[in-house]
Amino acid sequence: MLPSWTENQELRSMSEKPRLIYFNGRGRMESVRWLLAAARVEFEEIFLDTREQYVKLIKDGSLMFQQVPLVEIDGMKMVQTRAILSYIAGKYNLYGKDLKERAFIDMYVEGITDLMHMILMFPFSPPEAKEKNLALITERATHRYFPVFEKALKQHGQDFLVGNQVSWADIQLMEVILAVEEKTPAVLLAFPQLQAFKTRMSNMPAIKKFLQPGSPRKPPPDDHYVSTVLKVLAEE
Amino acid sequence: MSEKPKLHYFNGRGRMESIRWLLAPAGVEFEEEFLESREWYEMLLQDGALLFQQVPMVEIDGMKMVQTRAILSYIAGKYNLYGKDLKERAWIDMYVEGVRDLMDLIRVHHKLSPQEQQKNLALIGEKAATRYFPVYEKILKDHKDDFLVGNQLTWADVQLIEAILTVEEKVPTILSEFLLLQAFKARVSSIATIKKFLQPGSQRKPPTDEKAVAFTNRIFNRR
Repeated sequence: MLPSWTENQELRSMSEKPRLIYFNGRGRMESVRWLLAAARVEFEEIFLDTREQYVKLIKDGSLMFQQVPLVEIDGMKMVQTRAILSYIAGKYNLYGKDLKERAFIDMYVEGITDLMHMILMFPFSPPEAKEKNLALITERATHRYFPVFEKALKQHGQDFLVGNQVSWADIQLMEVILAVEEKTPAVLLAFPQLQAFKTRMSNMPAIKKFLQPGSPRKPPPDDHYVSTVLKVLAEE
Repeated sequence: MSEKPKLHYFNGRGRMESIRWLLAPAGVEFEEEFLESREWYEMLLQDGALLFQQVPMVEIDGMKMVQTRAILSYIAGKYNLYGKDLKERAWIDMYVEGVRDLMDLIRVHHKLSPQEQQKNLALIGEKAATRYFPVYEKILKDHKDDFLVGNQLTWADVQLIEAILTVEEKVPTILSEFLLLQAFKARVSSIATIKKFLQPGSQRKPPTDEKAVAFTNRIFNRR
């Protein structure tokens, strides 16, 4: 039975939980789950399993650019992952205290997103390219991205990347560290600051809870996830 | 803090063009340093000037900013082109992100083989006409304001007009079904600072060609 989220739209208001519409897996929505969890915001999820659900969403006009992720929040049907994350960060005080702090958070997040993108696309790459892509992920993490954050933490000696308080950048960094570690377990060997950062972040109550079984955190993508995405989006 | 922003990039559009576009309507004068050679790029790398070893890089307000979106966000925030509250910012972000997906198709166009270019051209036309421009046409139709968000010029409007003009270079009749976008284009083009940016002699760059692609490939040692 198809969930009637469009009929329910009138009943939703500012005090409703955000509702996430996506596949039952990480993909582009996982960063949203991380950020909401870190902000201690409870949310609901609707999983796309069939093409029919997706086509109905488009026909209903729910997907501005015919794409998911879709997050229903504060009366808006938000699309575009960055826009969604930006809004959540701004709303829940995870975006620094002024324009300059926001600039640094944005720079760090964008760099991390470039690395996350490689991990995101990895399950969809052809078998013969997987070894190369894995090597590239590890190379970029250890030579381009992690050194930047290691240096930032070392230079100011604070617990968090920007402004001495937790921000979107820290959540995003934590997410990508764990994601790369799943592929290359020893990746943090040369990064003592990041190891300490990871431990600190893991112990924050909201994140600790998110890392436990039974949380909305999704497992690494498997073949079933890949085939579901391809089927729903009818990609060749 | 009163220094002009300095843009470090190639003498071409690429990822920096949207930044030039955003500084222009804000009436912000800026300088440009063009990467002329691989040695120049390596010098920037060695100086530690490029946070993730990449350009664009914009020196602004004492920061060496990288990552196009971060730079655009900062400029929009600083020059009052980001709406008046969090919700307006959300709509601006959504509209901008949509347009950027379309711009990405165009940005990579000249890197493709002639065969692939033909296919890509069709894709650009199709996506512009069925996925992106209808959205903005509808927004303008629904609220009847001159601009996309909050009844004032924002980053979303600047990004949209850049996209319209860029797609038109490849598909000249793309706006034929979109009357409100035609009016929008005329209106926004006539804003003094944007009009100036559209005139010869401005810092706007010409369309990318194969020569420019070969040049950037050399600098980045791409095959």
